[in-house]
Formats: sequence, C-alpha cells, structure tokens
Amino acid sequence: MNIFDILGPVMVGPSSSHTAGAVKIGYIVRKLLGEDIQTAKLLLHGSFLATGKGHGTDKALIAGLLGMKPDDIRIPDSFQLADESGMEYSFGSIMLKDVHPNSVQITVTGVNGREIEVIASSLGGGRIKVCKIDGLEANFSGDYPTLIVHNIDRPGYVTEVTSMLASQSINIGTMQLYRDRRGGNAVMVIECDQEVPEESIKGLEKLDGILKVTYLNLKV
Amino acid sequence: MGFRSLDEIMSQAKKNGIRFWEVILEEDCKERQVAKEDSMNKMLSLYHSMKEANDSYDSKLRSSSKLAGGDGEKLMNQIGKNTICGDFINDVMAKAVKMGESNACMRRIVAAPTAGSCGVVPAVLISLQEKYDFSDEKMVEAMYVVAGVGEIIATRAFISGAEGGCQAEIGSASAMAAAAASYLMGGDDECQLHASAIALKSLLGLVCDPVAGLVEVPCIKRNVIGAVNSLTSADLALAGIRSAIPPDEVIDAMRTVGMRMHSSLRETGEGGLAATKTGIQIANKVL
Repeated sequence: MNIFDILGPVMVGPSSSHTAGAVKIGYIVRKLLGEDIQTAKLLLHGSFLATGKGHGTDKALIAGLLGMKPDDIRIPDSFQLADESGMEYSFGSIMLKDVHPNSVQITVTGVNGREIEVIASSLGGGRIKVCKIDGLEANFSGDYPTLIVHNIDRPGYVTEVTSMLASQSINIGTMQLYRDRRGGNAVMVIECDQEVPEESIKGLEKLDGILKVTYLNLKV
Repeated sequence: MGFRSLDEIMSQAKKNGIRFWEVILEEDCKERQVAKEDSMNKMLSLYHSMKEANDSYDSKLRSSSKLAGGDGEKLMNQIGKNTICGDFINDVMAKAVKMGESNACMRRIVAAPTAGSCGVVPAVLISLQEKYDFSDEKMVEAMYVVAGVGEIIATRAFISGAEGGCQAEIGSASAMAAAAASYLMGGDDECQLHASAIALKSLLGLVCDPVAGLVEVPCIKRNVIGAVNSLTSADLALAGIRSAIPPDEVIDAMRTVGMRMHSSLRETGEGGLAATKTGIQIANKVL
C-alpha cells in the first residue's frame, strides 16, 4: 500500500468496491482474453448481486469489458456503448463457494473465437483479485504483467516457462502452482516485473502438453 | 509506507530537520522509486482532479435510486444570505454535499480515503485555498499531510465502513483534513497531529448504516460533519489545545471500537438508519 492507495483512485462513483473494483475486473478480463469481446455472460454473487444495481456494478463491469478504466466518465453509458459496438451481454446470479462477498463469474467469447471463464472479487478501495481462470485457481491482483499457463501435470513445464522468462531477462515477482489432481490439469500463475514478449508466449503455446496460455498485458 | 505510527514520522522529521509532509514525500519517493518532482506532480494532478470534480457538479443529476442530487445547489444558494454558520462554512458544506452527490450520480471523484467520504478533504482544502489564496504548491504540501495521516490510520486501524463503521471513513477523512487545515493555517507538526486526533475523537463510534446499502443516505450529509468537524478541530489545535490522548492512541481506540461494532453497523445495511421503518421502505422501493 502506498499513499496513492489512500488518496485516490480517481474514479467514477459511487463505490470503490462496487464500482471502481468492478470496472477493473471487467478490464482485466478483457485484457486476459486479449481480443475484443463478442459475448459476455456475467453471474453476480453476494453483495454484488444484492446491492450491485444501485452502485452501478452492472454498468461498471460492462464498461471494463469494453476496455474502460475506473476513471472513465463514459462508465454510466456503458450499456448503450456495448449495444453500439455489438457486444452482447447477459446478467444472472450465482452462489460461489469460498469467495469474497463482492464477486462475479464472467464467461467471455472474443471476436476471434477465444474463450475464457474468470471468477474475480473486488476487495475494497478499488483493489481486486482474480480467483479462478477456467475453473482452476489463479489468485493474482492484476497489478503486474501476469502469465497463466495451463498444462498437463507432468514434469518439466515449470523449467520450460521459467527458462523462457530468464532468457528474456524477466524477473518473477510471485509464482503459484495448482493442479486438480495428480497427472491431471495444472496451472502456473506467474506475476512478472517486466512484460513478456508476444513471440515467447506463442512459443509456449506450441509446446506439447501445454493446453492454454493466458497473458495479462498491462501495456496500454 | 514503512511507518507504523505518527510518532515515528514525527521523530524522523525532527531527526532530519524537515516537516511532517516532507517525510511523507521522501517515503513515497523511496517506496515507488520515483523522483520528488514526479511524486509532487502526481499529487498535484490528484488535487486538480478534486477541483475538477467540484467544478463539474451538476445539480440536475439524480442517482439511480433518485435519493440523491440537488442539495448542493440549495446550499450554494444560501451563500450571501443570513445563515447561522456564515458564508465560509456554508461554502464548505456546499462543497462536501456536492461531491457526495456527484459520487452517488456516477460522476468522477477522488476517493479520499474512500468514495463514500470523498467530499470531506476537497471541501476543506479547496475552500481554504479560495479564502486565503494559497498557491498550488502549498496545497500539494497539505495533500502530503492528508496522505500521511491517512496512511497511518489505514495501517494501525482501517479506512473502510465494512471493517470499522463510518468512523473509519468519515472519521478518517475528517482527521486527515484537520491535519492539513492546521498545516495550511501555520500549525506546526505537533499541532497538525493533535488537530487530527481531536477530529477523530469527535467522530469515534460513528456507525456505517447505509439505507438500501447505497452510498447515499446518510453518507452524503455525513461528509458535511466530517468537513466542518475538521475545521473546528484545526482551530482548537491552532489555539494551543492538545488532545489528552496522543494521536496514535486515538487511532488505536478507533480500531478497537470498530472491531467491537456489530456487523449490522458495518456497511451491511442491516442496522441503524437502514433498519428504521422508513429505511426499510426505501430499500424495498429501490432494490
């Protein structure tokens, strides 16, 4: 936490958790998909569901999915802007297990056919956490360039990925590993201090046993 | 930030022969690895965002619940008329309400420390700048005072209604603004911190009870008491009056009170004003 977490963010109201955090979640989902969104299905949980409408949580999430940031004055008009841009969206409710009260599950399909399902929470003060991607643990803040690699649970993939990062002089800030079962689906979540080049990501996608590579690029 | 108490910041200031605000500036440069100029430019742009938000108030707007909007203009219309508190305080009150209403109507504001309490700091700072013609450089220095006090409150206690009730939002904002107000009026570092302690003490125990769970009733009007309380607290401290309980201990007390507060009084919209007959009726209507 630094002083600009206390003073700030500059944001569209009324709530840092229900509005600013919601915009950021949408924005991060858009970045994770890596292309413009064709369709989005949003399922609200807990307090997002109960008081979201009065806080503009719905408009905020759509604004983020359109690529807006929390201080964008067009946030209140996001539904109309989505209609104009041809992005289809629908809202529903869900009871998620073991998540923060301000949470949402978003499933998006991109204009080039890519799909992703994200569960994310708004933690207060505009800070967020991406909890799950495509059903597997993720747990990252969206404040750093983040590489998410889904692979088959077999030896060697951590070395592949970390050697690639080392060869590009990219420093790892945090690294987490999860799997659903031994030999099943595994996921690596790596928060980096530098951006990862697109060619390196494409290189990883080609490796046998790597199922999907998702990258959070924070360059504007 | 590496500091855990206002006392630590004071000792650092004394040791290096600099002011409280300069310690906060230096710490920000160290923490985010930026030059002083970059930090101060960022702070100035934040202050400008507050002024822009104040200037762009639109009295015709209403929140989606229709509960909020238009009151700021009523207060502005009082200026120049025969009011109990006089023009300056009415101006401060108007700015606090305007910002709270802008927030509820999904306009752009600066969370300070939160969106619900976004009217307190700008109402105090902008009004003082207008009255005494302080330079923007001086206002930036005051913003570091605001940030330093806020950072210690966030570190030792909390700044969200969900964790500590409204005392953690409006109370914290009031403490932050009180320190800055006394800085602007020539108070030394000790005076600033006692101003903030007096402000926080006066709002200790304030519960967070938003009707229908929205940042509207009673949040918007509480920005007024936060702003006015910070001015009176600053004047107390500037008169040489000191808080009998040291500032850090007041913050600790705020934490303890918040932790003992029942969850119905911490932003859940289940207690206090939200649980009154009318509060429930409003909630049923808007949700």
